[in-house]
Amino acid sequence: MRINEHPILEFVRGREIGFEFDGRKLTGREGETIAAAVHAAGVRVLRRSIKLKRPRGFFCAIGRCSSCLMTVNGVPNVMTCVTPLEAGMKVETQTDKGHVVHAEPRESRPGEPRDLGHVPLAVVGAGPAGLSAAIYAGRLGAESIVIDENNGAGGQLIKQTHMFFGSKEHYARVRGIDIGRRLLDELDRVPSRLMLGTTVLGLYGDGTLSLLRDGRHHCLSADAVVLATGASENMLAFPGSDLPGVYGAGAVQTLMNVYGVVPGDRVLMIGAGNIGLIVAYQLLQAGVEVAAVIEGLPEVGGYHVHAAKIRRAGVPIRTSHTILRAEGEDRVQRAAIARVDRDWTVLPGTEEELDVDTVCLAVGLSPNCELALMAGCDEAYVAELGGRVAVHGRNLETTLPNVLIAGDASGIEEASTAMLEGRIAGIEAAQRIVPNVDRSKLERMRSEAAEGLEALRAGPFGEKPRTGKEAMFRLAENA
Amino acid sequence: MSYRSDGVLKKEDLQRALPSEERLRRGPVIIIECVEYIPCNPCVAACPKGAITIDGDINGTPEVDVETCDGCGVCLSACPGLAIFAVDASGDGETAVVRVPYEYRPLPEMGEEVTALDREGQAVGTARVTKIVNSRAMDRTPVVSLEVERDKVMEVRHFVRKKGAE
Repeated sequence: MRINEHPILEFVRGREIGFEFDGRKLTGREGETIAAAVHAAGVRVLRRSIKLKRPRGFFCAIGRCSSCLMTVNGVPNVMTCVTPLEAGMKVETQTDKGHVVHAEPRESRPGEPRDLGHVPLAVVGAGPAGLSAAIYAGRLGAESIVIDENNGAGGQLIKQTHMFFGSKEHYARVRGIDIGRRLLDELDRVPSRLMLGTTVLGLYGDGTLSLLRDGRHHCLSADAVVLATGASENMLAFPGSDLPGVYGAGAVQTLMNVYGVVPGDRVLMIGAGNIGLIVAYQLLQAGVEVAAVIEGLPEVGGYHVHAAKIRRAGVPIRTSHTILRAEGEDRVQRAAIARVDRDWTVLPGTEEELDVDTVCLAVGLSPNCELALMAGCDEAYVAELGGRVAVHGRNLETTLPNVLIAGDASGIEEASTAMLEGRIAGIEAAQRIVPNVDRSKLERMRSEAAEGLEALRAGPFGEKPRTGKEAMFRLAENA
Repeated sequence: MSYRSDGVLKKEDLQRALPSEERLRRGPVIIIECVEYIPCNPCVAACPKGAITIDGDINGTPEVDVETCDGCGVCLSACPGLAIFAVDASGDGETAVVRVPYEYRPLPEMGEEVTALDREGQAVGTARVTKIVNSRAMDRTPVVSLEVERDKVMEVRHFVRKKGAE
């Protein structure tokens, strides 16, 4: 179902285009992905698992998890959550590993990569951290290319309909969607170029990047690299967690706030951190019912003000509760929850069944640190930062010369801190690569960003990242 | 049960935020239901009279000088947490007005009777919509004025349109 009226967003939809799904004629809108179009048409099963033939829907909706692979125009394993719909496409449910039969003949050998030459600064990821890095490096004279695998820039900001917290100087009160636009305007004013639809496949210690663009291999070399690759959503294992209708919170936001398609009619939200609370509120704004928000811990993890918005709209928040299972024929039709004690042991006799068609998982994120590790950066596991991260110091420098890391990729926080970390990484990159850089301007910019970051992390909600980062900086000093 | 375990502020949490009965009688005033130390301060800059302050760094909780605040309500749509409400309980009438931020569609009609909801989303009687303000400066956070029974002004924080109102 498509959203027609929304309090924050105006959906400018492309023209109606026809396509085929398993022999049926369906229509979608130009500009949306295949997964969004089939979901809007009521299709939930996108493929069957290879061995057990269990139904699979999409899960992450940002091209990372492979749950949405379908056969498109005869080509199997197409990631439909990021592939744009085209008129006349032949889309099929994939039921096996796939066989290439009708595909256009390709070059028999991949051949030499196309050399894109050299750039002083390469930024991987066009989200809040990456854009900020390019803007601030640019203001100090560093020319850059910002590379992102998505076809649009802004990272997760493009789905954040709520006003941001923080201070007035750092975009507080501005909605995430508008912050993304402002960052792009600022990027326009510095010597930086966006390279979208391009996946960075590899990073080597000497600053060479290996890229996949238009189905071809390219390479680029850089004097400095800022990794701002963000994070991936965590999965939660429970019986039925692989059913179509169990979606990541980010996927629900993508479907609802980017494509204007509701995920279902009645949702169970798992996780009462800020993401769970905010997405529950956004579901209400899209006209979707939220049966409950459950949280395994005895307390709400997110800000009270976010909890209050959904509570007064009638959504119960059940702390000390977990999901036992999701059930249904080819899609979620109900879910069972129960009370847990402090050791997460289910209390007998507390089981309840909820009539829901969607289970939304907001159970945390893990930093995307693959490129840093591939390049050879030292890594460390810091629980407070969300898991494995590249070892980095206060200026976001890793253990490799001229490789910097910022935003969620360097430890899970939120977009406001990601923008400030991006600034610091961009400033540090400029210091390392811009000849005769304006030192006083640079130090002024750096201390301003560092102070802003310190303020954002100063309160009780900043304790976790603060502790994690301090531990990380100690590791970096000893490295 | 603490608000941390169910997401609803209790009387003791609100003690500092709620204005006195005497102040309520004198005219409109705002109520900020923001009790946690979170990094946020747009309300301070939003107030044209400087009636809102935050002590210490950006993580402090906002405090309203109820003598300076005239309940203009500009701050309602500036609060990212939608945690500011305005109350006009002046006069001796049986009703009073609660103004709430409302980011849903469709907006109610002027004069429409809606179901008033408390902090837990429980129905607490009927309210009448007496004003809807939705200017450009409010950036898609309209403020709806609800006329409610006077003794409900400290309970009503939201509303839902009655079935069939659309």
